[in-house]
Amino acid sequence: MKTLMLGNEAVARALYEAGVTVVSSYPGTPSTEITEAATQYDEVYSEWAPNEKVAFEVAFGAATGGARSFCAMKHVGLNVAADPLYTASYIGVNGGMVCAVADDPGMHSSQNEQDSRHHAIASKIPMLEPSDSAECLSYTKLAYQLSEQFDTPFLLRLSTRISHGRSLVDLSPREEHPIKDYKKDVMKNVMMPAMARVRHQVVEKRTKALQEWCETSGINSVEYNDTRVGIICAGSTYQCAREALGERASYFKLGMVNPLPVKSLLDFARHVGQVYVIEELDDIIETHCRKHGIPVIGKLLLPVCGEFSQSVVREALLGEELPHIALDQAIPPRPPVLCVGCPHRGLFTALKKLNLYVSGDIGCYTLGAQAPLSMIDTCVCMGASVSGLHGFNLARGSQQAKNSVAVIGDSTFIHSGITGLIDIAYNKGFSTVIVLDNSITGMTGHQNNPTNGLTIKGDPTVAVNLEALAHAIGINRVVVVDPFDMEATRKAVEAELAFEEPSLVIARRPCALLKTVKHNPPMVVDTEKCTGCKSCLKAGCPSIKVHGEANKGRGTAEIDQNQCVGCEICAKLCSFDAINF
Amino acid sequence: MSQPVKNIMIVGVGGQGTLLASKLMGKAFVEKGFDVKVSEVHGMSQRGGSVVTYVRYGEKVYSPVIEKGEADIIIAFEQLEAARWLPYLKPDGILISDNQKIDPMPVITGNSAYPDKILPSIREKGVQVIEIDAVALATAAGSIRATNVVLLGVAAHFLGFDKEVWLDVVRSTVPPKTIAINEKAFELGFAAK
Repeated sequence: MKTLMLGNEAVARALYEAGVTVVSSYPGTPSTEITEAATQYDEVYSEWAPNEKVAFEVAFGAATGGARSFCAMKHVGLNVAADPLYTASYIGVNGGMVCAVADDPGMHSSQNEQDSRHHAIASKIPMLEPSDSAECLSYTKLAYQLSEQFDTPFLLRLSTRISHGRSLVDLSPREEHPIKDYKKDVMKNVMMPAMARVRHQVVEKRTKALQEWCETSGINSVEYNDTRVGIICAGSTYQCAREALGERASYFKLGMVNPLPVKSLLDFARHVGQVYVIEELDDIIETHCRKHGIPVIGKLLLPVCGEFSQSVVREALLGEELPHIALDQAIPPRPPVLCVGCPHRGLFTALKKLNLYVSGDIGCYTLGAQAPLSMIDTCVCMGASVSGLHGFNLARGSQQAKNSVAVIGDSTFIHSGITGLIDIAYNKGFSTVIVLDNSITGMTGHQNNPTNGLTIKGDPTVAVNLEALAHAIGINRVVVVDPFDMEATRKAVEAELAFEEPSLVIARRPCALLKTVKHNPPMVVDTEKCTGCKSCLKAGCPSIKVHGEANKGRGTAEIDQNQCVGCEICAKLCSFDAINF
Repeated sequence: MSQPVKNIMIVGVGGQGTLLASKLMGKAFVEKGFDVKVSEVHGMSQRGGSVVTYVRYGEKVYSPVIEKGEADIIIAFEQLEAARWLPYLKPDGILISDNQKIDPMPVITGNSAYPDKILPSIREKGVQVIEIDAVALATAAGSIRATNVVLLGVAAHFLGFDKEVWLDVVRSTVPPKTIAINEKAFELGFAAK
């Protein structure tokens, strides 16, 4: 029976079928649904970890303990987990371990489009790259077998179109893999210089053995059609190339992207005319081919930046563009916005008048950078708002510190904001940090986290007490505000900025999309009172607009009765009492 | 190849329910024995941004995405999104568009204007446009949230297989409490063309 599954769901299915018992991940688009889907299998323990480093270490610890284990993260998450990754390579596994890393070419929902294959090469960890959901399932299962056979964790490289593409898969029953015996082995598991020197040699031998394996195992497949053109590709680029070129080309489809084969690529190149490498992001396969004397064309024609599709390939290789129609008018963009009723809107609107430097972070609140809120000065990576603010204030002095804040969500704060706050407290800093505590990991689609008292399955558990945590690390000034009470929020932040010591302001109100949140009825504009002044638009709410010819052409405000949830932010911005329930 | 791959795009504003429409469609094509690929957008764009889902079916489907000039049908949940994704339609393709307009933030703030007469302008380009008040039909069916199923009903009319296949898929996918509303929404959409 064929089932239509997301690539991510197929990876989760593979965890079930391969007898995996431990899964630990941190959410990140486009990887999140793997771990969410894993929760449906009772045989597989799953959890959200506070960050990717912890998740990797939990999975690696489970593998050391003899279980088949797994962790998933987005590409930038692997940077966070890079520390254990590189040494786990030396140690190897007991039970099999797979780490899925989902790249985001085109940056649908990311701050960069780094190519995670670099981490595989640098850490000398083998990496498989599926091209559809069926391969997500089969490659993940194969990775467990290979992980145990070659004594190494495996990386599974996904990308947005593979993770978030649905295609057909065949399901199989679960194969149980009993927990393997654990034997103390200092030479293998304790990486001190003397042992690591020995293990590095083992890693180099392993890479050679894996390279031999991939030459003959069938993981890489060759399809001969018209042999005048040969295409080397992997993962989603196989689909793009096959779609664009059909039987006008022959294909060498790589299933394993680290290590790369040599003999079989040379053999393919001998059987075809001009060889092209079609790979998204960096020129890793291309450089490998050149190193081994295969004269390929790659980034000379194809872009380094952005996501590939059949039209990218068609235009680059064939110079063809399909006929299409477009309107002559300009089409205004539709950037994402903070949702109707979002508590972050209250915070940003409250702070707007203060003219602050706002050190930003990764989450829904990054959308506060967009007009008309335009409240964010920086966005780098998870946690950088807090440590970055400390550095900014060190550079510019205590007067600057009275005009600058960091904004960071509850989940991101636990992920890596807390370490920055410890730095501020320990080093006698004077920065004001605002935690936007909306009781959920929002942007990735609502995952529970250590601050909200619920496990991945929604079961009650302990919750981090942010106030007590701040006190415990030496932050004496901790205040809690409701971001919908904008007056009180502004006053509290102003007061904390005036102190020459660090403060933590917790802006606490749950995400408007949580099912547990009760909304007010929609608000209505009194057109008699509305003067068309547009003050209500300053909060950037998508459910209110000013239009029409009233008020000498300025128009009147109108609230979309289907969208509005009665958060009252616009009403509080109105000086004419024109917006009410 | 016995049947060329058919390409359907579902476009709209994040949060409008485009993902359910593509899920229903994917299921129906699997039911009919086709190879199917659906490509979705999750994450940041789902926060009120422009969203697009690609549904492709046929004997063998390779790429999960649809590119300029390739779509047989575009189902637009909003007029501006119909205009934005129009270049993806085959010149002889069909555009099904809800007639609702949702101002994007640059229009709300006055930095851009919402274009006038979008659907008539698209018709002038020779495109077959099916304009539909799906919000009104969904409301008539019992919930504005069934707008996506109304639009699916309109599209089903052009996809050529038995209505019962679609209704079965709707019944087996939507939450049990909403089956009656969604069935009615589908029927109203199917009859609207």
